[in-house]
Amino acid sequence: MGARQRIVIAKPGLDGHDRGAKVVARALRDGGHEVIYTGLRRTPDQIVRTIMDEDARFVGLSSLSGAHSHLFPKICNLLREAGLDDVVVFGGGIIPEEDRAPLFAAGVRALFGPGTPSTEILEFVESASLRDCGVASQDDWHWGE
Amino acid sequence: MLLARQLSAIESGEMEVGHTDGLIIAITGPPGVGKSCLIDGILHRLSPKNKVAVLAVDPTSPLSGGALLGDRIRLSVLDDDSKSDSIYVRSIATRSSSGSMPSIVKDLASHLLANSFDLVIIETVGAGQAEMRCAAVANRIIVVEGPARGDGVQAEKAGLLELADLIVVNKSDLDGADRVVNDLTVSLTLTNDAPPIIRTSAIGGEGLDELAELILTIEERTSSRRARVRQQLLMAHENLLTRNPAFDAVIDRMSEEGISIEDALRELNE
Repeated sequence: MGARQRIVIAKPGLDGHDRGAKVVARALRDGGHEVIYTGLRRTPDQIVRTIMDEDARFVGLSSLSGAHSHLFPKICNLLREAGLDDVVVFGGGIIPEEDRAPLFAAGVRALFGPGTPSTEILEFVESASLRDCGVASQDDWHWGE
Repeated sequence: MLLARQLSAIESGEMEVGHTDGLIIAITGPPGVGKSCLIDGILHRLSPKNKVAVLAVDPTSPLSGGALLGDRIRLSVLDDDSKSDSIYVRSIATRSSSGSMPSIVKDLASHLLANSFDLVIIETVGAGQAEMRCAAVANRIIVVEGPARGDGVQAEKAGLLELADLIVVNKSDLDGADRVVNDLTVSLTLTNDAPPIIRTSAIGGEGLDELAELILTIEERTSSRRARVRQQLLMAHENLLTRNPAFDAVIDRMSEEGISIEDALRELNE
């Protein structure tokens, strides 16, 4: 098992479906990580503030409302503006295939759809923690490429 | 370095801090009694002139070492932009500490007080009757009780209630709150310097103005001072033990080679 990370699991935007976020939070907890869950309907500003205050190294964004292409890049930009360059961003939910490449280009390092085994998310966290792939990194690596 | 990063460094033992005087209030009580919601109610009512930090402690899993830290969800005050500079909230996992109050919380609180915070509120893990270690870290203790938590004999039992500088009976909108206030009041009439008891409803708002006013001026009860110092001494002694470089090796030898507790203690004292 890799080193313990502090990970914020967040629900941005007007989306009330949190089963997936809670399952992922639980899997990360059982994988030995400290998970801060934000609760529902957070704004990008609120999520970035939480990441800053909690000194989290990772943030997992869950969206099932279709607004991921707006919300995820916005959060990546706010993280860079706040100087939180080493925070690793990953996402999950219903993300159509054609939306994936622009999200990776915006700084998201992994996108997990329905049916992803929780072990895969833990493997991603361990791999990402060993490389310089924060939201401001020039590395264009993403999980599963 | 950002304050949040400094706190991480203190937590992981990479940075040491000295002691800073200041008001450190522990809010403790059983799980689900309303500690987080009361803190939210207090923070909404304090002026932005008061810089307040909240350290919210949740348990670490003894199996995986992970933790789910969910106290922020209740803190709607974090959405109030007029207070974004005066309120700081940090979730803390108990990690390897033996009890529900990691000793490092004292250092985190000291560092916050040294960095212009006027008040540090510690929200403890949901606590039972005998979990008094918060007294080693905080200099004021608020014990939160609620209705439907047993009969009047519960109020007579020794333990955490004796260390309270203020008792809050929350969920006053529910049946039975009056009886709890009554039981506690009767029990405390036999005490020389009984702490004040106030009724609150974190949801309905009753008593929250009074609580927010009291919180900055709670008096320390002299009768609990000795008990506080005792907890500080116990915590310091435990730290000596768990920070002993031989500690883990001795535990391995006890579980694998079956050496006795007496021999283990002797090795640790060498």
